[in-house]
Amino acid sequence: MPQLSCSDIQLNFGGVRALSGVTFQVEKGEIFAIIGPNGAGKSSMLNCISGVYAPQTGKITFEDRDITTLPPAERTKMGIARSFQNIALFKGMTVIDNLMIGRHLHQHAGLLQGGLYIGPARDEEVKHRRFVEEIIEFLSLQSIRKKVVGTLPYGYQKRVELARALALEPKLLLLDEPMAGMNHEESEDMARFIVETNREKGITTIMIEHDMAVVMDISDSVCVLDFGKKIAGGTPAEVQQNPDVIKAYLGEEEI
Amino acid sequence: MRCGDFKTSYAADMTIFESNSARVMLFLFLGVLFTMPLYTPGYVLDILNRIGIAVIGAVGLNILTGFTGQISLGNAAFMAIGGFSCGYLGTKFGLPFYLCIPLAGLMTAFFGMFVGIPSLRIKGLYLAMATLAAHFIVEFIIVKWESVTGGVAGLSIPVAKLGAFQFDSDRRIFYLIFIIAILSVLFAKNLFRTKVGKAFVAIRDQAISAEVMGVNILKYKLLSFGISSFYVGVAGALVAYQSKIISPETFPITVAIDYLGMIIIGGLGSILGSIYGAIFITLLPELLRISTSALAGPFPLLVAKLAAMKELVFGMFVVGFILFEPAGIAARWHSIKSYWKLYPFSH
Repeated sequence: MPQLSCSDIQLNFGGVRALSGVTFQVEKGEIFAIIGPNGAGKSSMLNCISGVYAPQTGKITFEDRDITTLPPAERTKMGIARSFQNIALFKGMTVIDNLMIGRHLHQHAGLLQGGLYIGPARDEEVKHRRFVEEIIEFLSLQSIRKKVVGTLPYGYQKRVELARALALEPKLLLLDEPMAGMNHEESEDMARFIVETNREKGITTIMIEHDMAVVMDISDSVCVLDFGKKIAGGTPAEVQQNPDVIKAYLGEEEI
Repeated sequence: MRCGDFKTSYAADMTIFESNSARVMLFLFLGVLFTMPLYTPGYVLDILNRIGIAVIGAVGLNILTGFTGQISLGNAAFMAIGGFSCGYLGTKFGLPFYLCIPLAGLMTAFFGMFVGIPSLRIKGLYLAMATLAAHFIVEFIIVKWESVTGGVAGLSIPVAKLGAFQFDSDRRIFYLIFIIAILSVLFAKNLFRTKVGKAFVAIRDQAISAEVMGVNILKYKLLSFGISSFYVGVAGALVAYQSKIISPETFPITVAIDYLGMIIIGGLGSILGSIYGAIFITLLPELLRISTSALAGPFPLLVAKLAAMKELVFGMFVVGFILFEPAGIAARWHSIKSYWKLYPFSH
């Protein structure tokens, strides 16, 4: 039984068909990559899974539950976390506070308890701080934990965004171009973090990425989209040999 | 000399004060503050009292505007609601001040949440216009609803008393104002190191991703309006007790502008900044007055003109801060402090 299955997803924006009849399954614990040329509908697909867009037809099930029409916050509660393509961090807050927002759904202290900072609220803060510190250590963010996020370099911000998603304790992680705009070294680091997250914490990961070397290296299965349609799927090796994929990326040979 | 922070537990790392010396300094400051009425002339006490009230109001406005990012020009109206609720409860029902003040705060909080409902749809300047409209509606109601508010003539407020002790002079009401001010600041400070306060800041910085992270935008925006208005309402109630008589003219629109000036000059999104701003804006007219009277000897003709300069100077300070230190006095103070901490080895 796959953890996430999308069947026959169709998404229109007015007259523009962003996705048509996309079907795929993601198994628990795998790294699943969605690739394709620009405008193929990759981000739209991710937005359908995280609940930012609602597809016109089709069905998305997560752990045997139909989530097609659930609002984003409900999906977050079920354990779906995401990062955004253009960084959407809380720029005026420190790294720790950004991650603490990830613990928002796990905290229960109310207004009065928090404002008085009495027993339970204080214990809760310390408990979640400990959890957040584990993620900080996991992603080597110790040196910047008290820095305001808006002042950090781009590579770090991308890493903080991954950390914030992990703070939600997700079962399924959606990463929209985690390595976009990074230099070689930074993207190698990021790839290592993604693999470690997947292997150590057992979190299923769906990522969109343009860096083919990384995709072929770390993903267990790949889905290729082109003009809103799925043109291929399978292991990285299978996809690389697929003539449709080669055509989509390199164009057709003129005869 | 202190050479660094060495914390051994997360609880210790999450306290308000960085070090024990900061804590000792604060207690020394509070000690000096609370003995001030014993030797300070009444005129200075009046200014101190107004600073205390301004601190409560500015912290309140900063919670809404600085921390949650919702611009409000309704501050004077909220203060008026606090003041008149307190006056009405005190005169008509004879309630004691320790019930009047929190009830006035609650009343204002409800009204503030009502005004906050449009904030779910409108943002920025448009929200400022909506809250400005709320100001004029409230002003109109206060003038017209004579049976409750006393109309243009206003209400005279009974003296706050605790048993036989009457808060009837500047010297005595000082303690009432500053105890409430200190509790308000402490509550706000705690609020922003726990869940609710962080959710406010998240909404300010990135509403969409806050929602995806599971922050209920509707709930927290209204909560922010509610808490902020509670603070401002309490400040309004204290204005009523301090000035003993309130009328619609006690809370003109310029009060709302002054409060916005306080949080901009002090520092948006900073509790300490609200305090600095409240002190600065309350002292500004006094300093101008003193310097004017000092100049009256050599330049007698200048005095009349300088007296009208208060607004000009106020405006220049706001513009100056936005240009040169957008993060306000709080940020400037912080950078001065960290410079001297490492002096003379600044790198």
